[in-house]
Amino acid sequence: MVARKKAVAQEPGIDRATRLKLYRTMYECRVLEQRAYDLFMQNLVKGTSHLALGQEAVAAGFGTAMRKDDYTFCTYRGHNHTYVRGVTMTSILGELMGRECGLLRGKGGSMHLTSVEHGAMGSYAIIGAHLPVAAGAAWSAQYKGTGQVSVCFFGDGTTNIGAFHEALNFAVIWKLPVVFVCENNLYMEYTPIGEVTAVENPAADRASAYGLESIVIDGNDVDVVYEAACAALDKARRGDGPALIEAQTYRHGGHSRADPGKYRPDEELQAWLARDPIPMYRQRLLDLGISEADVEAIETETDATIDEATEEARNSPPPSVDIAHIDVWADGSASWRN
Amino acid sequence: MAQLTYREAVADGIAQEMRRDENVVFLGEDVAAAGGVFKTTVGLLDEFGPDRVRDTPISEQAIIGAAMGASMTGLRPIAEIMFSDFFAVCWDLVANQIAKTRYMTDGQCSFPLVLRSANGGGSRFGAQHSQSVENWAMAVPGLKVVAPSTPADVKGLLAASVRDPDPVMFFEQKSLYAIKGEVPEDEHVEPLGVAKVVRAGDDVTIAALAAMVPRALKAAETLESEHGVFAEVIDVRSLVPLDTKTLFDSVSRTGRMVTVEENPRLCGWGAELSSIVAEELFWDLEGPIVRVTTPHIPLPSADALEDAVMPSAEGIVDSVARLVD
Repeated sequence: MVARKKAVAQEPGIDRATRLKLYRTMYECRVLEQRAYDLFMQNLVKGTSHLALGQEAVAAGFGTAMRKDDYTFCTYRGHNHTYVRGVTMTSILGELMGRECGLLRGKGGSMHLTSVEHGAMGSYAIIGAHLPVAAGAAWSAQYKGTGQVSVCFFGDGTTNIGAFHEALNFAVIWKLPVVFVCENNLYMEYTPIGEVTAVENPAADRASAYGLESIVIDGNDVDVVYEAACAALDKARRGDGPALIEAQTYRHGGHSRADPGKYRPDEELQAWLARDPIPMYRQRLLDLGISEADVEAIETETDATIDEATEEARNSPPPSVDIAHIDVWADGSASWRN
Repeated sequence: MAQLTYREAVADGIAQEMRRDENVVFLGEDVAAAGGVFKTTVGLLDEFGPDRVRDTPISEQAIIGAAMGASMTGLRPIAEIMFSDFFAVCWDLVANQIAKTRYMTDGQCSFPLVLRSANGGGSRFGAQHSQSVENWAMAVPGLKVVAPSTPADVKGLLAASVRDPDPVMFFEQKSLYAIKGEVPEDEHVEPLGVAKVVRAGDDVTIAALAAMVPRALKAAETLESEHGVFAEVIDVRSLVPLDTKTLFDSVSRTGRMVTVEENPRLCGWGAELSSIVAEELFWDLEGPIVRVTTPHIPLPSADALEDAVMPSAEGIVDSVARLVD
């Protein structure tokens, strides 16, 4: 039986600059998605969207720990995971609004944010699909000896689909440099994960079936996430194979735009709101002697950036309809006959 | 030229490409140590080693997903799905992910990969190991679809598929694995999207694919000797991209078209060809377009039953003779 890690933040382990980066990244994610929500309310964002408000520590911790050339694979709840790799707020908001300035010029939408130049290899909207794809990118890195690691984020609901199990087994037997990160926010869509899962910890309790260490971390403590990320990335980079991390967290809102999340007990929601990763970390920075002014500077700067990004995206025109008919194929065309 | 079987041509084509480009890697169930359950990949492990020729678990989603992830990060994987029927268990990766991700990402990603599979009936394997599923693939934008009928085309079209920058579904017809034919020993690449006139004739055009090509050729011989009808036979070879030009050149001359496909009746590829010809070549037609297909049933196992329902040379002769009379 492997010991379960319940890691706690080790105060001296993380330097000041990194802590400020972690805070800044979480704060940026928060304002970005709050703005996305506001834009839905104004009907400037159409279709659906899946926000990760409350789950920012996972994206920020991993994003900060990853090497620039590492690969990110994430889900339709992937705005933050894409953003933390270096994508601009304008291009994300633009994509949500279906504008020319959008990351994919409106061809993908909220659920498919991708920026290959930043290592953000895609947001996958069908549960489980991207786990084997992330393993494939890790295979490529292993084959070429580049030292890159593939990091794959998914929700608790994913642990009950076949591709999860196929990908884990596959990654282990090929000893691939891939880190699987389950963001356990306690609900698969509208259903408590515990009601539909045979084990208590949906990811970690399956780890032993694949010879992996069972790892559960506090996904709302960004220091904990960062340290767990560093350890798993180092292990994978050393050639010691994959890791599976279950980060316990909570989404402040519903599953998607259509879901007010009313099925959640109020006391549960209040307890998690009290453990909001951002104010919690802000207080820790102050306790560690970082000045209020330094923290406020980050917030003021970010608040200005999001306003500028919003204006830029709003002022961007819709994409030319011509682009609906290109890029099915590598030659840029959509042609299927002569 | 070498005399190779259709199955030997598979390994020959893969080996040609693996020698040329070290980014070409190959994975699938029983493909390495065992040389493939159809013995199509014998010798590849010995020549290229276990880093490039890899056995996988029975995990079709992992196989296809790994190929996708590898292809979008610089490799050119060839993945084998043992029976094409098994695409049904990994169709999400094929139809939703591989096919669409280039488009959805505004052209950021490329997927230069080949998904090879043993397709089609005639081997008495029953309904779950005999399907002809090239029309599934044809229905999804973003997939190229190739199905060779000769050993030479196996090598040449497989080579072109590996070199192609887009995902290619490569359907080998399993009942053809034992046939022999001349295959160029030197580098051999046949361009995708070019149909081939394999028999010239002026009375009727028969468009066929894979195992239906030899049956169409046999039917054409009978039509000539017994009915005085000269059929032109076109090996379509590639459904996507589709060579409508070769088809139109032929049908505009013969005025009649018959398609021969293994697919069950509804929405087989012959229906698409028929629709294109009806729309664009209607005034050149001298009679109705005829589709020869398997009935809309799952394929039975017993030889007597399977032979009775799949398109046969005799069945093609009957259909064509009725059309021309």
